[in-house]
Amino acid sequence: MRALSAALCLAALALPVRASDGFIVVQSTTSTQNSGLYDAILPRYGGEVRVVAVGTGQAIRNARNCDGDVLLVHAREAEEAFVAEGYGVARHDLMYNDFVLVGPANDPAGVAGAADIDAALSAIAAARAPFASRGDDSGTHKKERALWAGAGIDPDEDSGTWYRETGSGMGATLNIATGMGAYALTDRATWIAYRNKGDHRILAEGDAALFNQYGVVAVNPARCPAVRVDGARAFVGWLLSSEGQAAIADHRLDGQQLFFPNAAGE
Amino acid sequence: MQGFGDAFAAAFGLIARLDADLVEIVGLSLQVSLTATLLACAIGFPLGAVLAVGRFPGRGALTVLVNALMGLPPVVVGLVVYLMLSRAGPLGALGLLYTPAAMIAAQTLLVVPIVAALTRQIVADLDAEYHETLRSMGAGAGARMRTLLWDGRLALTTAGLAGMGRALAEVGAVMIVGGNIDHVTRVMTTAIALETSRGELALALGLGMVLMVLSLALNALAMGARMGAARMAHA
Amino acid sequence: MLRLVASGPGPDAAMRLEGVALRRGGRRVLDGLDLAVPSGGITAIMGPNGAGKSLALRVMAGLVRPDEGAAIPGEGLSGPRDIALVFQKPVLLRRSVRANLRHALALYGVPRRARRDRLGELLDFGRLAAIADSPARALSGGEQQRVAMVRALAARPRLLLLDEPTASLDPQATAAIEALIADTAAAGTAVVLVTHDRGQAGRLADHVCFLHKGALAESAPAGPFLLAPKSPEAQAYFAGRLLL
Repeated sequence: MRALSAALCLAALALPVRASDGFIVVQSTTSTQNSGLYDAILPRYGGEVRVVAVGTGQAIRNARNCDGDVLLVHAREAEEAFVAEGYGVARHDLMYNDFVLVGPANDPAGVAGAADIDAALSAIAAARAPFASRGDDSGTHKKERALWAGAGIDPDEDSGTWYRETGSGMGATLNIATGMGAYALTDRATWIAYRNKGDHRILAEGDAALFNQYGVVAVNPARCPAVRVDGARAFVGWLLSSEGQAAIADHRLDGQQLFFPNAAGE
Repeated sequence: MQGFGDAFAAAFGLIARLDADLVEIVGLSLQVSLTATLLACAIGFPLGAVLAVGRFPGRGALTVLVNALMGLPPVVVGLVVYLMLSRAGPLGALGLLYTPAAMIAAQTLLVVPIVAALTRQIVADLDAEYHETLRSMGAGAGARMRTLLWDGRLALTTAGLAGMGRALAEVGAVMIVGGNIDHVTRVMTTAIALETSRGELALALGLGMVLMVLSLALNALAMGARMGAARMAHA
Repeated sequence: MLRLVASGPGPDAAMRLEGVALRRGGRRVLDGLDLAVPSGGITAIMGPNGAGKSLALRVMAGLVRPDEGAAIPGEGLSGPRDIALVFQKPVLLRRSVRANLRHALALYGVPRRARRDRLGELLDFGRLAAIADSPARALSGGEQQRVAMVRALAARPRLLLLDEPTASLDPQATAAIEALIADTAAAGTAVVLVTHDRGQAGRLADHVCFLHKGALAESAPAGPFLLAPKSPEAQAYFAGRLLL
């Protein structure tokens, strides 16, 4: 029995060792994984890319611990701080899409007629209609907090009543929102790919404030000596290249484009 | 709404066409959880026996600690192992984070308390029966532990199975230290979590059913082996 | 049967209890017990329930440490290899008969080379060859006690302590165990036999020690003692009167 366990252990240890060359680890936001972006573009890249999809906040924390070679998230200020503190080599715009406000079809707060996102959020707060917030320091959560602030509302005062902080990922939060008939802010790609919509639909969209920019950063070897510099540089370079940008643009779901590449030309 | 019917269909479809991704995920789940369980048994059996038979200061406190650790949330274990294996952590240089080895380490930590606590109980019960006989034969502490562990082997398989069940079922630890990386560290439970977050509830539930079937098969196998051994030992 | 020791135990005792006292729950269950076991033959320890017979045996085996006094093994005797103990209810391991004996041989430190031959001897001696590979726990009570007997003999002890070894057996199994006891004594091993059974004492014992209230009431050669004990306690016991 001991021998068997030792053999299995060796087999398990051999697995990562065998593949230890030539792969990189990407600390990523969840929307890109949940919407199938990596499944679509990575085969066109060719190199081995291991994606750890967590919220933007956690992805940045993991990258600060040097547990990744590339950071791909959507929280511009946090990304720039990451670079400024020396953890990242440089930050590049990669692609964008937008956030949308989803809610139950019967729209109890009357959000659908609102002029802009400020008005929509104000309507929800005024109606004290249930709203499911990520509450997890993710990119989407940061954006949502900024939008509430822009509308002059402090939802923290009502946390636990109509404002529900799930502390979960986007998908889990959407599951909760559809389950309890709550409004929620989500990126469009996750929403399109999400298969448990029930009678929820997009109720507010198109406001300039809902712009959602994704950025990519190679982790700095000066800060993290173990970083796989060449692999990281190659992958970031490919993503920003016309080839990578085209791959992003080509990813469609249900006939809709999910991400719009906008890297600055070389 | 996606119901159980869809889930059954999804599960059946995956199994029927022996979906390649499914086979890979199931294989990794078994590899990780079986290895972790065997390692945990290699640690937990002797540890439980020492707690049952040994007489040393701090034994009571250690027993309470082991019993309490049975309830340790997997997420906490995952975080601890993450902090150890992170590049910024003390064992970061090994480069084990986001590998199956890291998942095995986390699940081993998770399972050791269960195996040790159950072993302690099993060995203590058996010791009550054997104590005088073994002492009259001059058995020292080491020989007593070996004898009790071997004679408790049937009950100990149950301890191992309980540990295996916990390892196969947990998601919190492997998610953090494995990263749920496709084709590398994606196992049954993290795949279920991912499909749930994608709103693919039927597929998630279907995977859950596959996990159930797997767990049933393992337990049936162990029960069969146990019954065979029981006939041999009449215990 | 050989009657090696006709008189009282001499200085060449296999085991000597000197002033052994033991308290359990505020009661003196052994109360200054002096007793010598001759280095050959069969010594029966008799006495009413609660006289301290089993405890005296455990003190001899080193399983119980007395509060006062001492158990002094005979010259050259030390530890479980030389002093073996068989309980009323045998506790066999959850393994085959053969594996039980192998386990004992290993525990007693019998050299690996010698174990195979010794195992065969033990199986023959206990007439266990036919059931050597049966699970020990599946055997009848008598068979289990036979296994326990030969297991105790595994390392050729010089002193064999038996605590009512036939108390829970039927007559046929009892006869088989008694034959083993007689053979063991005939081969030169000193035997101490705790028994309630006068008939058994008569069939086996050379010498009898009668205990009452944790002390020795009478020590005498078996023949005369069983015919006509001298102490009032033994007389009362054999007359069927309650001893309090």
